Amino acid sequence: MKMRRTMVFLILAFAIGQDGAISVQEIIQAMDNNLNAKSRVITSKMVVHGRRSSRTIESKNWVVGTNLAFTEYLSPPREAGTKMLKLDDKLWTYSPQTDRVIQISGHMLRQSVMGSDMSYNDMMEDRPLTDLYDATLEGSVEIDGRDHWILFLEAKVKGLSYPKRRAWIDKEWFLPMKEELYAKSGKLLKTSTMDGIKKVQDRWFPSRFIFRDELKRNSKGTEWVINEIEFNAEIPEGRFSKARLRK
Amino acid sequence: MIGFLIKGIIRDRTRSFFPVLVVTLTVAMIIFFQGFLTGIMNSMFLDSAVVSTGHVKVMTRAYKEDSQLLPNDLALLDTDQIINELQKDYPDYFWTPRITFGGLLDVPDEKGETRAQGPVYALGVDFLSTDSRQFEIWKLDNRLANGRLPEVPEEVLLSTTLANRLDLSLGETVTLIGSTMYNAFTTYNFTVVGTFKLNLGPVDKQMMLVDIEGARMALDMKSAASEILGFTETLLYEDKATVALRKRYNENHGASADIFSPTMMALRDANQMGTMVDFSNAAIVIMLAVFLVIVMIVLWNMGLMNGLRRYGEIGMRLAMGESKGQVYRSMIVESVIIGFIGTVLGTAMGLGITYYMQEVGLDYSSAMEGLTSTDIIMSNVFYAQVTPELYYIGFIPGVLATVLGTMMAGRAIYKREMAQLFKELEA
Repeated sequence: MKMRRTMVFLILAFAIGQDGAISVQEIIQAMDNNLNAKSRVITSKMVVHGRRSSRTIESKNWVVGTNLAFTEYLSPPREAGTKMLKLDDKLWTYSPQTDRVIQISGHMLRQSVMGSDMSYNDMMEDRPLTDLYDATLEGSVEIDGRDHWILFLEAKVKGLSYPKRRAWIDKEWFLPMKEELYAKSGKLLKTSTMDGIKKVQDRWFPSRFIFRDELKRNSKGTEWVINEIEFNAEIPEGRFSKARLRK
Repeated sequence: MIGFLIKGIIRDRTRSFFPVLVVTLTVAMIIFFQGFLTGIMNSMFLDSAVVSTGHVKVMTRAYKEDSQLLPNDLALLDTDQIINELQKDYPDYFWTPRITFGGLLDVPDEKGETRAQGPVYALGVDFLSTDSRQFEIWKLDNRLANGRLPEVPEEVLLSTTLANRLDLSLGETVTLIGSTMYNAFTTYNFTVVGTFKLNLGPVDKQMMLVDIEGARMALDMKSAASEILGFTETLLYEDKATVALRKRYNENHGASADIFSPTMMALRDANQMGTMVDFSNAAIVIMLAVFLVIVMIVLWNMGLMNGLRRYGEIGMRLAMGESKGQVYRSMIVESVIIGFIGTVLGTAMGLGITYYMQEVGLDYSSAMEGLTSTDIIMSNVFYAQVTPELYYIGFIPGVLATVLGTMMAGRAIYKREMAQLFKELEA
């Protein structure tokens, strides 16, 4: 695996060395390689900046590919013990207060996760961009002294929450440092940025994402801070069962 | 003089019977329509106040701007303190916190899986605190269809329509799926202890009533409330006083630029209620004016006919030396007495009919069921209302119209030629 990644980077480095000859598809592929993995275990905190105050919610996530995910909320006390399970295109949540497992579907998927600027739909759609979008290169720009490509992506599959998106991709890190997510009509729905880029297990990965729901008036955004992340960890299959929600 | 005129009226029934009858019927109609309209309007204002608007209500400015979205993240905080201040500053009103929220109601089967699910419009009402008048003003004793009233915050009442749709029985647990005041997803279990029917059109189709502490626990809204509702102690809406209160409160709290500072709305500011209030006031004035004019014309006509019938009598009185002014004034006093008698009888009759309609009402359920809008809250049964003003309001048109009618008809007295009087009498 490590060998394959090194090869990809060498190829990309070679391609870039050829006076920007890298194709758009290769940029997207490299970006997916950085952001996705066979599996990952993340301990993170979400800082939701409300209009009155900010709340911090800590959680631990276990993710395998794009179809299996399990989240357990650790704090604050009201949220502690709440769990979420994603199996393919289905999402369940368990709350210890009610001792109920409830499937989140339909319009509920558009609701905010823990009051943040992210919706359940955002959590569900983490397939590689290459599978979902056709991209075109709009140009290059320098931001904070670093070179970026500007890519415009249009959905090639139906039913996505964001049929259009524009991404500013760092030419060295192959990460979308800034993204604008649009509705089919072209209305801006969300923006996201990332910073604190670090090398984690031979890949560039941000330590902080900032999401902002542009439809929320006076939204101050949500920070998602990665405390710990481990890629390609061994996760037992039993982690992703409905029975696990009540444990 | 008055005794003489009363004798005349009693002995000469043709002089008094029809004018008294007309005044009686007209005053009775005025009293009844006034009582019926007041009843409908007051009932509508009270129902609207109880369910959503209060006679006045306090909320944050930010909440007011987006109130259609039920934005509980913009709710009032530390409501106990605000209520204490309101009670101190405005003791003629009683104040109560309210949380309005939406969500889904999920009914589990024996395995805890979803058996039924449906949208819910819920109200967190301060039912259980000491001295609360909320059970009284919601008239829940009468409106309870099944079960009992909640005794703890985790117990809820559902509208019969919602309970039937979810196929719920009393004692079952339902899970509310919604958002906290921090917009976080939340689930909370409640026990259904009763069902109610408000008889207010479509407004209670998806309604759940819960004690405010239950709502606060479910929505993570400790010491917070969407709004604080104020009601007059008499429960009668007084538009001018309420508008003055709103103006005074907002002037006192208007200096702050903070979007979370409190602001007050009067009942007339919500859901086109202002139009209804103005309509109610205008309708009563127009109705009185129309009746006054009609009765005046009728009595004028009767006065003219009476003048013809009493042509000889008046001529005789003039011939015997009474001045035209004296005759004219005596006829006006006579009309005052007739108007007074007619008004007393009409008021008694009108109050009787109004009281009957206050107790029995007019059932309009079938027509109201066709309504789909929940903006205007209106009772399915229209009741009249006997108010103190009904005891005297009839005297204005009753006496005034009789006097005005007589005054216009009596002008003929001044047209009589004194020189012709004896010739006329001889004839």
